[in-house]
Amino acid sequence: MAVADDLFKALADPTRRTILDELTERSGQTLFEICSRLSMKHRLSISRQGVSQHLAVLEAAGLVETRREGRYKFHDLNTAPLRQIAERWLVPHTSGPEDDTP
Amino acid sequence: MKIHLTSVFVDDQARAEHFYTDILGFVKKHDVPVGEKDRWLTVVSPDEPDGTELLLEPAGHPAVKTYRDALVQDGIPLAQFAVDDVRAEYERLRGLGVRFVQEPLETGPVTTAVFDDTCGNLIQIATEPQ
Repeated sequence: MAVADDLFKALADPTRRTILDELTERSGQTLFEICSRLSMKHRLSISRQGVSQHLAVLEAAGLVETRREGRYKFHDLNTAPLRQIAERWLVPHTSGPEDDTP
Repeated sequence: MKIHLTSVFVDDQARAEHFYTDILGFVKKHDVPVGEKDRWLTVVSPDEPDGTELLLEPAGHPAVKTYRDALVQDGIPLAQFAVDDVRAEYERLRGLGVRFVQEPLETGPVTTAVFDDTCGNLIQIATEPQ
């Protein structure tokens, strides 16, 4: 359950969902690129430290993974933890609406 | 008051001279020996030979490494140069083996990209806002 708590906490914040949206567009971003996207594309006024804290929460939930490559550090999206949501509520109903059509 | 000169610290001035002139296309303006091995080495844009000079300054001071390593890790560029077309410049530089840590990104009216200058710095290129 602890893992699920981290996951739902991470998803509960709109800025963190925007970070996930941007990482969906392109995985493997530096902190600077994530900050640029939030401030320039989304007009969010948030400090670099604030973005770092959001990334730490996303990392704790397993939704973001960091990767060091030489002197750089990149942030990758990992959607695998979201399967817990599907498995918990969606998967038991194996027959979708299409199956009900005659 | 005018901004006449700005600088970036470089690990190796010979490598910096190669990168900033042969790869980026700037033109050497001053090259004067200073001390035993350092040079007062500046480049300018070929479009503005009398414009702002960029000093390629030796990164000898012990504080420089800590400062630059922290910025590079977070992908933060130390200088920004204006280009007509970021995507075209990205393709040209990539063809010359330049490593980009941020691919061209459109954010409203400005497009940016960030690359490694091989001398310890990240540099941003950007389209000039119309």
